[in-house]
Amino acid sequence: MTASSSSFLLKMKNIHKSFSGVEVLNDVRFDLYPGEVHILAGENGAGKSTLIKILGGVYTDHLGSVEVNGREVNFKSVQQAFEAGISIIHQELSLIGELNVAENIFLGKEKSSYLWLKKSQMLDYSEQFLSKLGLDINPKDKMQDFSIGIQQVIEIGKALAFNAKIIVMDEPTSALTEPEVEKLFAIIEQLKQDNCGIIYITHKMEEIYRIADRITVLRDGKYIGTETAGKLPSEKLIQWMVGRELNQQFPRHIRSIGDVRLEAKNIFVPGTASSPAPRVDGVSFQVRAGQILGIAGLEGSGNSDLLNGIFGSFGSGAKGAIKIDGIEFKIDNPDKSIKRGLALLTNDRKKNGLVMNMNIVENVTLASLSGFSPGYWLRPKSERTNVAVTTRTLELKAESIFQCVDSLSGGNQQKVVMAKWMQTNPKIFLLDEPTRGVDIGAKHEIYELMNKWTQEGIAIILITSEMPELLAMSDRILVMHRGRIAAEFTSEQASQEKILSAALGERKTA
Amino acid sequence: MSKLMANKKYSLLFSPTIRALGALIIVFLIGLIFNADGAFYKWGTHRDMLRAVSVFGLLACGMTLVIITGGIDLSVGSILGLTAVSFSLFCIHWSRPFYIAIIGCLLIGLVCGALSGFIISRFNIQPFIATLAMMVFARGLAKWVSGGQKISTAVQQADGTYEYVPVPDVFNFINSKILWNNISVVTIIFLLCLLICAVLLIKLRPGRYIYAIGGNEEAARLSGVPVKRIKVLTYALSGLFCAVAGICQACQELQGDPEAGFTYELSAIAMVVIGGTSLRGGRGGIWLTLVGVLTIGYLEKILSINAVGEDKRLMLTGAIIIAAVLLQKTRKS
Repeated sequence: MTASSSSFLLKMKNIHKSFSGVEVLNDVRFDLYPGEVHILAGENGAGKSTLIKILGGVYTDHLGSVEVNGREVNFKSVQQAFEAGISIIHQELSLIGELNVAENIFLGKEKSSYLWLKKSQMLDYSEQFLSKLGLDINPKDKMQDFSIGIQQVIEIGKALAFNAKIIVMDEPTSALTEPEVEKLFAIIEQLKQDNCGIIYITHKMEEIYRIADRITVLRDGKYIGTETAGKLPSEKLIQWMVGRELNQQFPRHIRSIGDVRLEAKNIFVPGTASSPAPRVDGVSFQVRAGQILGIAGLEGSGNSDLLNGIFGSFGSGAKGAIKIDGIEFKIDNPDKSIKRGLALLTNDRKKNGLVMNMNIVENVTLASLSGFSPGYWLRPKSERTNVAVTTRTLELKAESIFQCVDSLSGGNQQKVVMAKWMQTNPKIFLLDEPTRGVDIGAKHEIYELMNKWTQEGIAIILITSEMPELLAMSDRILVMHRGRIAAEFTSEQASQEKILSAALGERKTA
Repeated sequence: MSKLMANKKYSLLFSPTIRALGALIIVFLIGLIFNADGAFYKWGTHRDMLRAVSVFGLLACGMTLVIITGGIDLSVGSILGLTAVSFSLFCIHWSRPFYIAIIGCLLIGLVCGALSGFIISRFNIQPFIATLAMMVFARGLAKWVSGGQKISTAVQQADGTYEYVPVPDVFNFINSKILWNNISVVTIIFLLCLLICAVLLIKLRPGRYIYAIGGNEEAARLSGVPVKRIKVLTYALSGLFCAVAGICQACQELQGDPEAGFTYELSAIAMVVIGGTSLRGGRGGIWLTLVGVLTIGYLEKILSINAVGEDKRLMLTGAIIIAAVLLQKTRKS
């Protein structure tokens, strides 16, 4: 053991890993000092999650060495990694809604004497750790009563309760609202002071430069480089990640705006049993052919519900007067909406965008299957040729069009969803977080697609939680707050500050 | 490139179809070894096995459709009993022509299934519960229409005496063997229904929708798939196949027993699962179910020609179910 290696909290080197003969990590290295945030960057499929899974003891058949606190380790299970102080906070939370906070924190590690649980002791411990994280919550409350953001923080608390020294966060902010993100960053700051090392994975540029101390980039399973954040400007970072130069991050071209495509008046979406306030309360707007209308709003503002309501996801529960190309349209169900030229890309493709165990062809033709099956008989040949053409225009990367979608990367999955809606020839495309969980190269391609669609006269309504994207791509921006429109801006007027203050519900005299 | 090829070969070798076939082949080989003095080499043994599994196979056809949507149909055994009784009533007691009896029974099955499907999709009730209710209800209905008696050719007269009426021709026909005594009519009926399911699942639009609903119901709904209609259709078809099975059962037993089909739903589920169709929905297929039906059929036949008692047969069948499902499971690791 040398003196220099002992100052590292973690040192991974010469890591190789292959899946049934296909190499996914090739001589990768990574290290981590105590008290730093080390960003692990790279496009989807670069090998980030594989590396993390090796660290976390999920994969055990890799080559190379892993040292924790200067000591060579060889984890054989997740449990062993956890005991060595490594805690991984996954994108999908592993909390159980029906159990209370303390029970979740101690899940699988309950304090007990023989069979009897030491409940009060666990409750006290939990309260202690949560207050350390600045959370004033009762550990007896059920997990499902908290927002995703709070749950995420509780998950971190769970890591700390067991003295985790290396904390891995995999896109922790993807489901968080702006204030929750701030809270998370404050906690990260505190963890740094406690000499924890944090490995942070994200696709959001602004986050990288806000919290990074160092950045390591992987590409196609290879180590590209490590640099302190200050010495790695974003252009260079992107270049490292994609291996080519992207001259423009957000390429919104000249717009050719036509007639009104969609006119919505007094859209109303009722609340749910648990929160009876209407999710969308009397929203009216217009969007023209070739236009991109951005709808900003924090989580719970109702912007996503607005798109779903118009599309008929809630059935006829959503009310309001809608005209498409000047013709009245009654909200009923997705089937009817699709026939009238609406398409909705939902914000969670795994949950409700794709049938994960079907192949690309079956997913792409799902929304337009009647066109491929006159008289109910499927026409596999015409399905194939059509899908092949569409996927080629989208530059979808797959072994074949019969590949199962769950083995595709996030960006390519999103392209499958887009291909599905392109097959329906939509007039109005409702895009709810189209670039969520998509790598930078694919993001760029999605922006180009949006440009292409608007040139063809399609109207787009865009929701995105990434402010720079919203500002750059939208021609007009509506800001929603508590189910109502709080402000409207043209693309020239809009700024990040103005949108955020409107979204937070601040009234401005201007 | 060679790596890719190897990969493909590997995945083909361990595809669900091959794995399911593996279990069948093993059972078949056991039959070749323990052939009971050559009984297993005779076509007659195989013909009788096919005849014995046909009624179960018919139930498994509908069950496969339902399970692929992510549902389950517990009412198949009861609907079989109800239609077996109804068929006997139509043909023997009321002396209706066979085509009226067949159409009537098919309608009864169809309506029972469609009702389950309607309750499931309209009121969002779990398939397990809705079809459990239908299972109890249909059994009750079978007992009510039959007065709790087996409907046989011994017809009670006004004076209380029993008189034997001749067995209707349709019973004898369905219960017969054709092609020079080489195959049972019920087996032909089963294979026809299997073919119908295969066409539906592989060639027709609703079949694609059935898989999509099982794979991700919400994504299917948001893609414009008429989820409710497809679900009603699936359960209705399951009911229809139950009715076909009920008619066959009545003909084989030469009577309509209101208790017929008791616990058959579990055998049907076992056959579907052994084939490799996932109870979680979205994965599986009708040919896999054929493999499952044959696996159980051969297993039982081999054990019975070797004079293994029912006790041991049941225990072995239980073990085979677990073994077959384990075979399917190791696929992903």
